[in-house]
Amino acid sequence: MQRYEQIEPMEPIIGPGQTYATITERISSIPLTDLRQTPRGWLVGFAISFSFLMLFLISILWLFARGTGIWGLNIPVAWGFAIINFVWWIGIGHAGTLISAVLLLFQQSWRNSINRFAEAMTLFAVACAGLFPILHLGRPWLFYWLIPYPNTLGMWPQFRSPLAWDVFAISTYATVSLLFWLVGLIPDFAILRDRAAGKLQRQIFGLLSLGWRSSSRHWHRYEMAYLILAALSTPLVVSVHSIVSLDFAVSQLPGWHVTIFPPYFVAGAVFSGFAMVLTLTIPIRKWYNLEDFITMKHLDNMAKVMLVTGSIVFYGYLMELFYGWYSASAFEQFMVLNRMIGPYAPFFWALIVCNGIIPQLLWFKFFRQNIPFLFVFSIIVNIGMWLERFVIVVISLHREFLPSSWDMYTPTFWDWSLYIGSFGLFFTLLFLFIRFLPMINIFEMSMLQFSENEKAHGREARRVQLAGDTPEPAEMA
Amino acid sequence: MEKYARQREVWDRMADAFQPTESQTSVEPLADRSGKAGVGTQPTPPKAQATPINLVGRREALQHMTQNVLAGLTLALWSSQPRAVEAAASELEALELPELPPPQPGEDVLMRMMRDLQRALAKPKEQRHWVMVIDLRKCVGCHACTIACVTENALPPGVLYRPVMEEEVGTYPHVARRFLPRPCLQCGNPPCVPVCPVHATWKGADGIVVIDYDACIGCRYCITACPYGARSFDFGEHHSDNAPHRAEYDMVASPEYGQFRQRQGQQSPVGNARKCHFCKHRIEKGMLPQCVTTCIGRATFFGDANDSANLVSELIASPNVMRLKEELGTEPSAYYLV
Repeated sequence: MQRYEQIEPMEPIIGPGQTYATITERISSIPLTDLRQTPRGWLVGFAISFSFLMLFLISILWLFARGTGIWGLNIPVAWGFAIINFVWWIGIGHAGTLISAVLLLFQQSWRNSINRFAEAMTLFAVACAGLFPILHLGRPWLFYWLIPYPNTLGMWPQFRSPLAWDVFAISTYATVSLLFWLVGLIPDFAILRDRAAGKLQRQIFGLLSLGWRSSSRHWHRYEMAYLILAALSTPLVVSVHSIVSLDFAVSQLPGWHVTIFPPYFVAGAVFSGFAMVLTLTIPIRKWYNLEDFITMKHLDNMAKVMLVTGSIVFYGYLMELFYGWYSASAFEQFMVLNRMIGPYAPFFWALIVCNGIIPQLLWFKFFRQNIPFLFVFSIIVNIGMWLERFVIVVISLHREFLPSSWDMYTPTFWDWSLYIGSFGLFFTLLFLFIRFLPMINIFEMSMLQFSENEKAHGREARRVQLAGDTPEPAEMA
Repeated sequence: MEKYARQREVWDRMADAFQPTESQTSVEPLADRSGKAGVGTQPTPPKAQATPINLVGRREALQHMTQNVLAGLTLALWSSQPRAVEAAASELEALELPELPPPQPGEDVLMRMMRDLQRALAKPKEQRHWVMVIDLRKCVGCHACTIACVTENALPPGVLYRPVMEEEVGTYPHVARRFLPRPCLQCGNPPCVPVCPVHATWKGADGIVVIDYDACIGCRYCITACPYGARSFDFGEHHSDNAPHRAEYDMVASPEYGQFRQRQGQQSPVGNARKCHFCKHRIEKGMLPQCVTTCIGRATFFGDANDSANLVSELIASPNVMRLKEELGTEPSAYYLV
């Protein structure tokens, strides 16, 4: 009986009726569409994103002209939105690396349809994240002093400072993610080159495909390179956000000086990253009719990952409260009370609801497979993760050890405009990506189709075998 | 270029005036930041290329040029600043240790501290350990030290080196107020130093934690790391910000570290972390920190704790001494008498 259950048809990770040709056609037709036939919806979306990007640039201009005093910063709260946004964006990036590298190493083939998209999202999120620490500086034009390079000034980074580690963590992460993404694109560039109608398109894609001719030697080299890059990216999933968390954990501030920060930040990063993948893929699969490639199975799997990481994050919140009490330190206990009943208590409770309680609904299949719910849920989690960073940064800083130096942090217009403007950068890049590059990995989908066909044949053969009640060779003996 | 050369000259003169011993002038800029030897009285400015370009090889000249390309931005900003500082600088430079009268019974305690200070200045810098002792029983909460500090260091709004914190104790009607002046505590194990990503702050051999304004990029990590809130950030505000004209008192150059910087636009120290440095520019000229001199109740004492004959050494030895948050392991150099 158990044997019979094993061969029950699995939920498809690729829609029925798709062949190699239809997969290639469907995906490659989007970037190859003539410029004049760009969908109106894309143009509207791009225009909106672009206007937010302009808001971002104006905010940066004003910031450079007037200095960080335009924000709501004050002396106990010397870190504000810039750091919150930095941690938030870098966290969002993590899902891409997890999906593309870790799930590749674990041979989770369902990832193939979302990895390209998630990697692109990683890159764009890292681009946003990388800007914020620079904008955060009081003298941002000197950011390059954080890089160890020989110079006549005698400047050299201080390697004991987690901020200097950040520079390496993030630049490594950005480099490896970009390489991983570009290497993964080469075979698809070749497909686009071969299918391109215009001469210019053919030349551009030809250049990008680096002379790819699909020879078996090319494939062999490609597979090795891709696997090596995956192995390189895997530790980065853990290291980047651990190092970001050390920015806080190294300080002696109550609420920052916490040993659980690295694992808790990594889980939070994956949690928020998957939330962003859901937020983006749900509308895109609808608009571009990609339901056959990003199936219910994908959404369900992503929801499961979010359930796990969300529970780890919730555990982290509870442990912070517990250790605050258990430390028997007046300052730690006050920090916990201040979170729960202080002036920013609504933020804390909103965080608990968004990231702690609502994700528990994902235990039920009904919610995991309810697309409108998942979309709303993913946005709630994105907000929740932003609140988490707000709670960590602002609530800890605004009431630290000496009550006489307490103050409140009130974000100004420029705080918000820089944050909202960074969405402009993110979505502008994303719109360009979905318009001009294959957002789903064409050749991996074809390979997936192949292995799915093989599996289907195998299942069919087993079913015929069982239905015919043919005795197994072992039983005959 | 000519203006720049002239400024270099002024700077060099000021630098000479602030080098306490011969041995320290030879310390390399990089070693200077490590906080081990000699140690930064003087934040090191970018060094200009002194060699005329036709005397070096083309290759070498190109090397210098490329190395200075990135430095150029800062140099340009720095050199374009008209620092009306020469008068003030030479005034400070010309100062010599004051001649003090012999000890007399019943004299002001400041006189004794001045004598202690001169004795300490005669020693090599590494053997001094500046500490501050604040007698909380004598503090009446007049905030004169705060204001004196603001005037001395020409501090902008939002930057306070030595606030006096107030606390109300008891319940009405049985209430009392307590005052706690808080300079930078110049920790022996400062949490603000290792977090600085660019080595812009370090602990000097004499126990004072200093900031190199030229090196500081303004990441504010030190501000969040300090458990005492002793560091503040220069957001570039002025007292006369909404007035029709920038007031003259906003343009006073701050004598901090003997550098006489004028706050203009976004030039240092705007965009830098700032902190109390025990009026380093004053003590090296034989003057007590401004807060000590100003204190009307003579509640603040300053001196060299490595000298057992020093007044502060006597005070630290008394049984009613405490330091702020000893449990954090920061080893503050400021003591409170309670």
